[in-house]
Amino acid sequence: MELFTNQVLAGIATGAIYACMALAVVMIYQAIDHLNFAQGEMAMFSTFISWQLMQWGVSYWAAFLITLVFSFVAGIAIERILFKPLAKAPVLTNVAGFIALYAIINSSAGLLWDFTIKQYPTPFGSSPFLGSQLISTHQAGMIGVTVLLLLGLYFFFQYTRIGLAMRAAASVPESARLVGINTSWMIALGWGMATAIGSIAGMLIAPVVFLEPNMMGGVLIYGFAAAVLGGLTSPFGAVVGGFLVGIFENLAGTYIPGVGNELKLPIALALIISVLVVKPAGLFGRHIVKRV
Amino acid sequence: MSAAEEVVEGHEAVEAVPKRAMTLGTGTSLVVLAALIIAPVFVKNFIIFQMTMLLIYGLAVLALNILTGGSGQFSLGQSAFYAVGAYTTAVLMEHFNVNYALTLPIAGVVCFGFGFLFGQPALRLSGVYLALATFALATAMPQLLKLNFLEHWTGGVQGLVVTKPDAPFGLSMSQDMWLYYFTLVVVLAIYIFSVNLLRSRSGRAFMAIRDNEIAASAMGINVALYKTLAFGVSAAITGIAGSLGAIAVQFVAPDSYTITLAISLFLGMVVGGVGWLPGSIVGAAFIIFVPNIAEGISKGLSGAVFGVLLFLVIYLVPHGARQVAILGQQLAGKLRKN
Repeated sequence: MELFTNQVLAGIATGAIYACMALAVVMIYQAIDHLNFAQGEMAMFSTFISWQLMQWGVSYWAAFLITLVFSFVAGIAIERILFKPLAKAPVLTNVAGFIALYAIINSSAGLLWDFTIKQYPTPFGSSPFLGSQLISTHQAGMIGVTVLLLLGLYFFFQYTRIGLAMRAAASVPESARLVGINTSWMIALGWGMATAIGSIAGMLIAPVVFLEPNMMGGVLIYGFAAAVLGGLTSPFGAVVGGFLVGIFENLAGTYIPGVGNELKLPIALALIISVLVVKPAGLFGRHIVKRV
Repeated sequence: MSAAEEVVEGHEAVEAVPKRAMTLGTGTSLVVLAALIIAPVFVKNFIIFQMTMLLIYGLAVLALNILTGGSGQFSLGQSAFYAVGAYTTAVLMEHFNVNYALTLPIAGVVCFGFGFLFGQPALRLSGVYLALATFALATAMPQLLKLNFLEHWTGGVQGLVVTKPDAPFGLSMSQDMWLYYFTLVVVLAIYIFSVNLLRSRSGRAFMAIRDNEIAASAMGINVALYKTLAFGVSAAITGIAGSLGAIAVQFVAPDSYTITLAISLFLGMVVGGVGWLPGSIVGAAFIIFVPNIAEGISKGLSGAVFGVLLFLVIYLVPHGARQVAILGQQLAGKLRKN
């Protein structure tokens, strides 16, 4: 039983990261209707920025904040420079653009910081949390930050004018434009926020998976899976999806014989596909009825 | 307005390609074919090998084009079908001594079944959801090939070595050259089959589903059947490409068929032009040669150079090589008038 609780708690902790990543994915998906395949690499690059700042002697939280601002601006810049010209191109061309961005960021990070594995500090410490053996303070911190982030986003979207404008621009762009919302900038804002959220995910998971240019590959896949499981139209669903995927991944790795680390991912994906076959819009997604 | 500009209007995942615009004109086709037949005589064996790979990847991109360009379904799992085809050939040749040419149709049939079955659950998914499902298939495939109980057949992590066939009938031809012509014949046959398929009743059904699923079903098209059929045909062709690939490379191993391959094929389709069959070869050329060029420009930054080149292509021609072809055609038309 202790093994079970342990695995579930560890699952919740990694699930928190997947939830952050899924949130970033959903943010962009809401803004531009595309899955951003470069999201993980963008988060990795941000994490490297914060690491570099700390190497230069900046304190953790200052580096954290600077990185958030940097990511936000960089996200907006990427949208303005690279993806705005593609807004009218076919969807699949956009996907190719994301793959190109992935290659560019991955390769640049490799050149700037090379491919050796680096330690990344945690602000929470790695001692057992509140004296319990089940979960470390870093894992508890990851869960805490995710919850705070979620609450913050909830208030932003529900109670601020700009949050409302972003939601309007995402759901009915034509009408939003008619009431004077600059939908083009709302999209850029969505990119900025998604990049910032992704950078938080990166900085939180870096102490666990260590820092290197390919660190986010697996995380992004789980983030996608979580977002799709929860429903791509629901930020809340994305978070629930993240925790579910985290827990399931850990339990499958522990209890299903012959799975181990190698087959964890395919098993997790298989589960998600089985859920999707029953509920094609995801657990919390809106089912969009098409008119002919 | 050009045809390429017209299709920009809709925000569909796959833009509609008129049936007639899916192939090259007769004259151009013959010129390309002649070039493909004559070229190997003048070049070295290594370049012949690369041309063979070009045809093979072109075939795999063509298969994806039938699925995505034809029926509007998106797949990131083509590497899985490619792997099944390659392994079918390798196992049949090395364990059962089957003739290499015979393994191709067998691989095709195996992959057709595989694709058809996979298409069943995928029926309920579309767009990004289908992308994730096929992606799952592609990530699982290398791991499945490494499984212990299959190791006796698949060679596990080590993979299998495939013997390269000699030219038959006592022809004095190098193995590479024979394989090139063999591949060319297979690819041509499948290309002609694909063109005819897309022009047939089934092809029109695919395209009707692509353009509007609900309207298609209202017209009496069995949407479920044709969607799974598209998956099956695409998987079969990809499998045959995989078989040819295994014979040309003389080696199969689980890690040759990762998601990277699936992504390459996808990029090939986009660069060639979604739904434009001749573009498959252009796309294949892009995914084979551009990484090498990028490596040549800068070793450390090859990924970034590749990314930048890819961005350049999609900025200049968001509809891929098809757009270039359409522009060329218009230019030729204008010249003729003057």
